[in-house]
Amino acid sequence: MTLTAGIDLGSSYTKVALVDEHGFIESTYMRKTGFHFADAAEESLRVALEQKDISRSDVDYIAGTGFGRYAAEISDLSITELTCHAYGTHRWLPEVRTVLDAGGQTVKALRIDEVGRVTAFRLNDKCAAGAGAFLQKTVEYLGYDITDIARLSENAQDPVTVSSVCTVFAESEIINHLAADRAVEDVCAGAVIALTGRAAQLVKRVKAEPPFGLTGGLASIKLLTDKLGEILGSPFAVPPDGLGAYAGAYGAALLAHQRLQKRTELVSA
Amino acid sequence: MLVAGVDVGSTQTKAVVMTGDHEILGRGLCPTGARLAEAGQTAFNLALEESKFAEPDVSLVVGTGYGRFNIDFGDAQVTEISCHARGAVHLFPNTRSVLDIGGQDTKAIKVTADGQVVDFNMNDKCAAGTGRFLGAASDALELPLGELGPLAQTAKNPVKMTTTCTVFAESEILGWLAKGRRVEDVVMGVHQAIASRSVALLRRAGIEPEVTFTGGVTRNTAMVELISEMVGSEVNTNEESHYCGAIGAGLYALDQVLTGASAERGMP
Repeated sequence: MTLTAGIDLGSSYTKVALVDEHGFIESTYMRKTGFHFADAAEESLRVALEQKDISRSDVDYIAGTGFGRYAAEISDLSITELTCHAYGTHRWLPEVRTVLDAGGQTVKALRIDEVGRVTAFRLNDKCAAGAGAFLQKTVEYLGYDITDIARLSENAQDPVTVSSVCTVFAESEIINHLAADRAVEDVCAGAVIALTGRAAQLVKRVKAEPPFGLTGGLASIKLLTDKLGEILGSPFAVPPDGLGAYAGAYGAALLAHQRLQKRTELVSA
Repeated sequence: MLVAGVDVGSTQTKAVVMTGDHEILGRGLCPTGARLAEAGQTAFNLALEESKFAEPDVSLVVGTGYGRFNIDFGDAQVTEISCHARGAVHLFPNTRSVLDIGGQDTKAIKVTADGQVVDFNMNDKCAAGTGRFLGAASDALELPLGELGPLAQTAKNPVKMTTTCTVFAESEILGWLAKGRRVEDVVMGVHQAIASRSVALLRRAGIEPEVTFTGGVTRNTAMVELISEMVGSEVNTNEESHYCGAIGAGLYALDQVLTGASAERGMP
């Protein structure tokens, strides 16, 4: 078996996927990135290996991606997160032509072709509106964990309205809704709906073409998927088994296999 | 005869109790938090306590700031733009431009000699360049807000912040530290970013001397120096500047008591 590791050092979370030559995921691990990128990369890889009793020497190639990829010295190769997200998504959802990746601080809208290459993209490079950090802060303020938001937002009766675009102002609005004794579920749903509107605008700016796909840590929020589909007029597919957050890491590991294969071909030629 | 002004800001609530001769007898300050009405009451009570008077001794209370409609003991409400303008001209009679840097908003106001608003600009869509940017630095570096100014003043080689968004700034700050830059140089970079955004806002409203700087960030001496430098002349501040909005509200309350003119006014 050939095994590669994809390490995605995101602005909020670091994700690792260990992938075999058939594209099967052997192990995954995710933790907060923090500010020591090299440590985050090292530790995430170590845990991903330990979970499945795999030894480090069995990993044939390591590809790093994401915001902090240059600091991950353990990588043999570094690839931009756009390329990795596009390719990872393509392997899970080959029919998808437009991907929205909703992460902690970055939101990316990508157009991809029939082999998973990026043909156009948009990022929220100036402003955090539409990124997940806002949901994280909202749930923390409510005393819940980010993993609870999918359930809470789905159980809303009457979602609150959040009109501010700026994440900082939106947080104040959320606090005011809570002070006005609105239900936690309605506040969560309001936050998700607000974020959906901002993210949908980014998708529109790449001249989105269905079928649509949604990846990133927020892909597990059903309300977000449903609302995006409603706004953009076509449903959003999500990666299998709740693996949405690993699209970048998975793509990196798959591209590492391609690199390995090319090298083998060159050597044998 | 006593009046009071209560300024329920996005981050802090300020209150003053003043006499008919404009003498400030008491000041109150507390974090706003989620319960706007409670914050207003707390700040007002603190101001009353310092003044040694009780609530019934106060003839009229005017509320201002973002949470002004939530205070139930207020007799009237005036926008914070009007109150800062009025307060600034009261504290420094030659004021023609006012820069107010608050926790979540920054306002640049052009005023007349009697404290009327001619024009104003504010960051209504985005929190970049507000006090919240300092808050991000304080969170990221785990340093109290009050220590940031003095620390910035020891900087030798400030970093140049590239992010506009307050949310991204936190990551950028830690990114600079990860690259081995000194804490004071990073903190100074944050100060410069806020100062240059604020002065740009002031320029859009038109800078006319004298410039008076108001709001909570006036307590940060590094910021006062930077803004003076960028404006090209010393900006006015003193220990009352933090309460400028509340003082303006108190002055509107006094108008109403003395002349019967309603403190309530249209925008701004």
